[in-house]
Amino acid sequence: MPTPLTAEIRPGREYFDVVAYEASGGYQGLRKALAATPQAVQQAVIKSGLRGRGGAGFPTGQKWSFVPMDDTAGHRYVIVNADEKEPGTMKDRLLLEGNTHQLIEGTIIAAWAVNADIAYIFLRREYTLAARHIEKAIAEAYQRGYLGKGVLGSSWNLEMRLHLSAGRYMCGEETGLLNALEGRRAIPRNKPPFPQVSGLWGRPTVVNNVETLSNVPHILREGPEWYRTLSSSVDAGTKIFGVSGKVKKPGLWELPMGTTLREIIMEHAGGMADGTKLRGMIPGGASTDFLTAEQLDVKMDFDSVAKAGSRLGTGTVVVLDDHTCPIGMLLSLEKFFARESCGWCTPCREGLPWVAKILQALEEGKGEPRDIEVLEQHGKLLGPGRTFCALAPGAVEPLQSALRLFKEDFDAHVRQKRCPYT
Amino acid sequence: MLTDKEKQLIEEELRHHEQKRGAVSEALMILQKSRGWVSSEAIADVAQQLQMTVEEVDGIATFYDLVYRSPVGKHVIMVCDSVSCYVMGEQRLTEHLKKRLGVELGETTDDGLFTLIPVGCLGACDKGPALLVDGEIIEGVTPERADQIIETFRKEPDAHSAHR
Repeated sequence: MPTPLTAEIRPGREYFDVVAYEASGGYQGLRKALAATPQAVQQAVIKSGLRGRGGAGFPTGQKWSFVPMDDTAGHRYVIVNADEKEPGTMKDRLLLEGNTHQLIEGTIIAAWAVNADIAYIFLRREYTLAARHIEKAIAEAYQRGYLGKGVLGSSWNLEMRLHLSAGRYMCGEETGLLNALEGRRAIPRNKPPFPQVSGLWGRPTVVNNVETLSNVPHILREGPEWYRTLSSSVDAGTKIFGVSGKVKKPGLWELPMGTTLREIIMEHAGGMADGTKLRGMIPGGASTDFLTAEQLDVKMDFDSVAKAGSRLGTGTVVVLDDHTCPIGMLLSLEKFFARESCGWCTPCREGLPWVAKILQALEEGKGEPRDIEVLEQHGKLLGPGRTFCALAPGAVEPLQSALRLFKEDFDAHVRQKRCPYT
Repeated sequence: MLTDKEKQLIEEELRHHEQKRGAVSEALMILQKSRGWVSSEAIADVAQQLQMTVEEVDGIATFYDLVYRSPVGKHVIMVCDSVSCYVMGEQRLTEHLKKRLGVELGETTDDGLFTLIPVGCLGACDKGPALLVDGEIIEGVTPERADQIIETFRKEPDAHSAHR
């Protein structure tokens, strides 16, 4: 089973340099891309069926095709979103640290496809090892002529630069990220105009996730048809899946898109830790609905997880075991969202701290029956269409599903006036 | 007022931005590195250098987790309290650290050596609980490991990083 994204990643290897990357077939995808037109590269990625790996799953090639190719009166940008901070998610870190040139190559190909002349890697500052590897890889790419004036002898110029963020979840939101790069608070922007038309400094801009772009060199090198064969479902390619929580072997694995939760949790993560039972999981990071232990046969692809009542999100599963309080787990999630709310729109700024406070009260045995009603109301009042960006709607996904699936636990907290798990 | 060194570092950063304000978060981090935290004077210095208002710069400074808008200890310990670390025992670790240091979250020890702050997901979910100590991620932190980190700094306050 091919694992293009991680085949060259070895635990314990200090840095996968440009010579080793080239020897593994690296930068061949870029050569093929440059031999084709930008439009042909866009078409190849559209045909491959690659969908964004940052959580939303938007078709990547289609995203690129929205960039107006005739607007060349100034800079055009490609930005790598490496601001991974979705709780439960550690997949981009693996790719950033373990195969940095793969991302650089994918980014250069994306830049060619939309005729960009500046690329930024927007990295969270806490990923210090990734930062060191990116600095090295960019320098090597300039030396080898993959970046700079006249990329690989062509007439096309591309500059690339690493930006270290000073830390905030909202910077991972596409338009918040653009504001951050412009030296503004990372609040979301109104759409339209979409970034592809008017993004960084008002210029055409594409923002893609690390894992998304890491797929691109392989699609160019091996072809869109090959890429589609990697998957065992309607969504193409492989996916980096992860499991954290009380399993025997927490970690990350590259598997065909559409691998079942059962295989991921029970085989790759080794099943539940001794003395614990599986109760449920959030399948794709903090902003996804809880699924139950009965749903282990759900395939991890965009449509299947949606049909099961949740979202694939980032594909990194957080497991809930029978010794962990689901309300405590939910409190951890909502405290995060309340803290990270940028404050721009009222429902999110005021609603999320309220949710967190009620959950805190429930955990401390100070909950009242009406609290559960108020939580249910927030599920609706903070849902899609009520707020500026996806932060609050994401935050209420685990809330709404927890209220439905763990109703007995909520009632027990109120009735017993304490957390039954402590 | 900016020192020559600070000014030089900010100017070097400015070369990479379309407009001066694009360098604001990096300028704040440059001053924080040289001064330990970002005071109102530092805000004014950055504002003047980047031709922004003081309010705009303060709005940026207070937005970010890693910008300290009040003085912090010599070593900043951030505890990840996000979901995976929560499931793996973050609360026990946080309580241990609070007791060991004699501070609440957000406070600095009397000797000025440590500040303890909660932080959102550090991307160490499969190896939690995790800490961010002086900007470096430390994974799989037991209360015993946390004690070692604290003791190393108590013995050697200028030690660069406790985990190496």
